[in-house]
Amino acid sequence: MSITEIVFWFLSGLALVSAIMVLLSKNPVHSVLWLIAVFFAISGHYILLNAQFLAIVNLIVYAGAIMVLFLFVIMLMNQGSEPEPRSKSMWIKMAGAISGGSLLLVMVAVIRQSANLVVRNEANDIVPKEAVARVGDIGLIEKLGNVLFTEYVVPFEISSVLFLSAMVGAVVIGKKE
Amino acid sequence: MNIDWILVLEKFLLIATVVTISLVIAMYETWSERKIAALLQDRRGPTRAGPFGLFQPLADGLKLFMKEEIIPNSANRFLFILGPCLAMMAAMMTSAVIPFGGTIEVAGRQVDLQVADVNIGVLYVFAVVSLGVYGIMIGGWASNNKFSLMAALRAASQAISYELAMGLSLIALLFMSGSLSMRDIVTQQMAGDWGGFLGWNVLYQPLGFLIFLIAAFAECNRTPFDLPEAENELNFGYHQEYSSMKLGFYLFAEYINMFISSVIMATLFFGGYDMPFFNESAHAHWGNWLALVGIIALTLKVGFFIFLFMWVRWTIPRFRYDQLMNLGWKKLVPLALANMVITGAVVLWLNDK
Repeated sequence: MSITEIVFWFLSGLALVSAIMVLLSKNPVHSVLWLIAVFFAISGHYILLNAQFLAIVNLIVYAGAIMVLFLFVIMLMNQGSEPEPRSKSMWIKMAGAISGGSLLLVMVAVIRQSANLVVRNEANDIVPKEAVARVGDIGLIEKLGNVLFTEYVVPFEISSVLFLSAMVGAVVIGKKE
Repeated sequence: MNIDWILVLEKFLLIATVVTISLVIAMYETWSERKIAALLQDRRGPTRAGPFGLFQPLADGLKLFMKEEIIPNSANRFLFILGPCLAMMAAMMTSAVIPFGGTIEVAGRQVDLQVADVNIGVLYVFAVVSLGVYGIMIGGWASNNKFSLMAALRAASQAISYELAMGLSLIALLFMSGSLSMRDIVTQQMAGDWGGFLGWNVLYQPLGFLIFLIAAFAECNRTPFDLPEAENELNFGYHQEYSSMKLGFYLFAEYINMFISSVIMATLFFGGYDMPFFNESAHAHWGNWLALVGIIALTLKVGFFIFLFMWVRWTIPRFRYDQLMNLGWKKLVPLALANMVITGAVVLWLNDK
């Protein structure tokens, strides 16, 4: 096994174990810490794919900012006193079913897509395409910036408007009292 | 497998050296903090241990190690120990992307005095800085003490607020450099006139530097922003329940952070290892001595910034918490945004000409 392969399996194992521990931990603070471990493992995968910018932005935004806010909320919650009241609302169940269904749809689509990732070798057997690591430069900041501001400039601008509206919403909600 | 073992060894040695130097400097920062405090308050400071009290940090370290280690009953054991580890780790990790000097030649090998020259160096620093707050938060929460928790929350909100201003002030600098690699930024500054002095970014980004400096004070939890450890409000802050070396790690992490942020300020705004009024490229034949000149230049700049940190600490009283938040969100962020927009406009205008 090459070093890249060893690192890949290590990171994958780490990501899976941590993700399962997020669900299994009794203490929500532990869950958050396991989730941070998941983000680190995923960032490691990005680095293997030579996408250093994505790796570091993933850490800054998710591990560095969003998870800190999660911890904030969880630490201030009154822990372990009473279980959360289960909501029986019909709407919530419907919403859950729809979002779960869409997630399933996306995953099925991804798995179907990945059927394109197999090739036939000389003996005409179907084998998976070899994963390419540490090649390509699309994840580097310069290339990514060029692509974002030329090819994908409309989605990029639209998502920034979305962020802006979320920010305005947060300010409005915070000012209410 | 084809591994360049000499490169591995080289990097290993470099990491060991950088870590050792950071630790030793942090040790002597505690000594110089006392000495400078004494100077400003017209006292003499530590004088007993060794000449000029120079062995005082050793005595302090020994004292911390020998003290009894207490873990409160109601604390979360694992997280209680993890807290200081994380604080220390985050403090040490930043030094990986900092260029401490030019290139030296050892046994026919060109060795860069930098652990890793990644093309996202500045962002890496941000990532590690934003992780640094976990040490404080986890430690404060795991102590299971109201004051510790309050201090941890203060520290986290302060760090997140000032990270914004810090990032925005740096974006203006990155507009000019066009590169995120720390070494590139230093090399560009060295190319300026007057032996590099006119290339220093602080001359073009004075406002950006000021914002960065203030944010760095806040990120290091130094006075006037040391609200997470405000004794008169929170007893002792987030490390109230800690004793022995675990407390030492928290205190030490603060001093390492101070050293690292001084290095980063020197690197980004003051030409890094560039000796002003001295043309490095004309003295390339000096070889390793040239690298030494660079290291001396960087050390002097860093020393000045560390002195500034301490000078401010013993001069300015602590802010109130609402003043801190007002300064961060209502003054520094808009200023940094304006600085960013103006810099962007000027860079575009110069590019068009």
